[in-house]
Amino acid sequence: MNLSSLDQLFVNAKITLLSLAGRVLPAWAIPWLSILVTIGVIAAIAPAIMMYLTWFERKIIARMQNRFGPTRVGVYGLAQPLADGLKMLIKEDIVPRGADQLLHLLAPVLSVVPAILLFAVLPFGRNMTAADLNVGLLYFFAVSSVGSYAIFMGGWASRSKFSVLGAMRAVAQIISYEVPGVLSVVAVIMVTGTLSTVGIVEAQADRWFVFTPWGFVGAVIFFLSGVAEVNRTPFDMPEAESELVGGFHTEYSGMKFALWYMAEFLESFAIAAFTTTFFLGGWYGPAIPFWTLALLLAVTVGTARRLPLPVRALGALAMLGTGLLWGAQPIPSWAWFFAKTYALIFVLVWLRGTFPRLRADQLMGLAWKFLLPLGLLNIVAAGMWVMADQVGLSSGWLFSLAVLVLGAWALVVINQPAPLQSRTYLLAD
Amino acid sequence: MAIIGWGVLQGMGVTFKTFLETYPWGRVLLRALRITPANGLVTVEYPDVKQQHHERFRYFPFLVYDGTPENLRCVSCKICEQECPPQCIHIVGPAKDEQGRPLKAYGRTYPVKFDIDVSICMSCRICVDVCPFDAIEMDNAYELSGTNRFEEMNYTKEKLLKSNEYFQQIKPTEAGEVDARLAAKAAKPAPAAAKGGPGAAPPKAEPPKPAA
Repeated sequence: MNLSSLDQLFVNAKITLLSLAGRVLPAWAIPWLSILVTIGVIAAIAPAIMMYLTWFERKIIARMQNRFGPTRVGVYGLAQPLADGLKMLIKEDIVPRGADQLLHLLAPVLSVVPAILLFAVLPFGRNMTAADLNVGLLYFFAVSSVGSYAIFMGGWASRSKFSVLGAMRAVAQIISYEVPGVLSVVAVIMVTGTLSTVGIVEAQADRWFVFTPWGFVGAVIFFLSGVAEVNRTPFDMPEAESELVGGFHTEYSGMKFALWYMAEFLESFAIAAFTTTFFLGGWYGPAIPFWTLALLLAVTVGTARRLPLPVRALGALAMLGTGLLWGAQPIPSWAWFFAKTYALIFVLVWLRGTFPRLRADQLMGLAWKFLLPLGLLNIVAAGMWVMADQVGLSSGWLFSLAVLVLGAWALVVINQPAPLQSRTYLLAD
Repeated sequence: MAIIGWGVLQGMGVTFKTFLETYPWGRVLLRALRITPANGLVTVEYPDVKQQHHERFRYFPFLVYDGTPENLRCVSCKICEQECPPQCIHIVGPAKDEQGRPLKAYGRTYPVKFDIDVSICMSCRICVDVCPFDAIEMDNAYELSGTNRFEEMNYTKEKLLKSNEYFQQIKPTEAGEVDARLAAKAAKPAPAAAKGGPGAAPPKAEPPKPAA
């Protein structure tokens, strides 16, 4: 069996399908069919991804709180998303009397549409991008920011104070966090010189950007502002169950409510996927030379003192074999992409399981006082990296690391809250 | 502050440790890193797994009989009915013949009806404390739900009667004490016991004051 056939499994499946269709259909219909197949696949997997993200999130959060999570519907609660979906579908749809009927209906739809559109430029694997736009990155930012209109529209159309408050907070938050989000990616554009998502991934074949100083800082900024943009806990002020009864979706029920959730989960998947694309090397596995890996694994197993000697010897040989297999790239590109994306989604859930909601001033402070200046400094650091590369110096590492460490330290020092003045109160008597 | 965001990472470490503690492989991993894992999953998955109760766990009373259900200890004195704080006990009795003379079974009067409403009972054990004959005791069966408020929730005499062997089985210590007390009582005032009636037996302990 050829390993690359597994890598190109889905691509080949589509080509086979189209060639089969070519015997029946006229030639002009084939490109249209190709487009339809791609759209169909994305439209089918997006809800499936969303459903199982809810399951994934509930399971992990439960484990972090010493609970089991869903267990009753199906094995390990695997049928729980289906049950939830069915429940949402047959629930009564309630629209408040004073609501703007049309916009109230339109808002959740408008929030899902950009979330699904984002999947068009995601490079799921080698040759597995639905539309390799030459402005893919710009497209990502343009489309993802449409979601904020939907949120404000939904909040305003509900004609409820909680909804409007949530919508106002959402707009303030999303606009604030879009700025550091865009700035963090500028560094990537500077180094790769392309806006195409496929081009950015291909530039990371030798080294993932996260393993450079500017890439690491950029990844952190991008990921944090992404989390804030999709309104997830610790940054879920627009929803804020405990203060706003659900914020902008207070007045939604039934399938419309499910659409809001679908948009949120799809966008968080997209954030994780784009962080993978821009900084974590996309569909590439870690670029470790196979002999290094083989040697490392063999030495580790061979010197493990707890194991008996024959096991160590056999283990070391097996590890050498594993290293050689690594050279043949046995893991398909799409598996790498999804593994990294789900690892980032785990981090997202992990953040939710750990941190309480930020206060409004802390939220804005983090965006404007810390992430934004750090993003600007990151551009400087990336510039030094590029310049050192062009001149042929190897000191780019040192300079960009120095800029970022000093900058982050200075920002923390500047942002230290002023110590409270201690006052003495004299009781007049 | 040594490293920026150190506190954040520490917090995430706490939740990740909790996450690992809930999986067997995670506990192995933690031990390998020389971290002692805490309890992990503490949920008892109730309908599938049932918790072992303490012997003194109590829920809802039952009537004790010795040998056959006709030989019940209750003489229908109605003290429990009066003392019951939520008034869930309803007794009709003692049984009488046409001339109004009390009927006796095994040398004792007995109730015609003895109903306790499960949905009202609060499992306070006052009926057990005030009973001079140790005729009523606390059960530990707690799955008493039903779909009918009046027929199913109202436990009649037939449903309430359970044998002394059952009592000895669910609460050996308490049943042993009760049996010893009854044996001592039977040995000493034999003529008084033959006379019958609630006044014959001394109260077993100081009964709690009736509430208002």
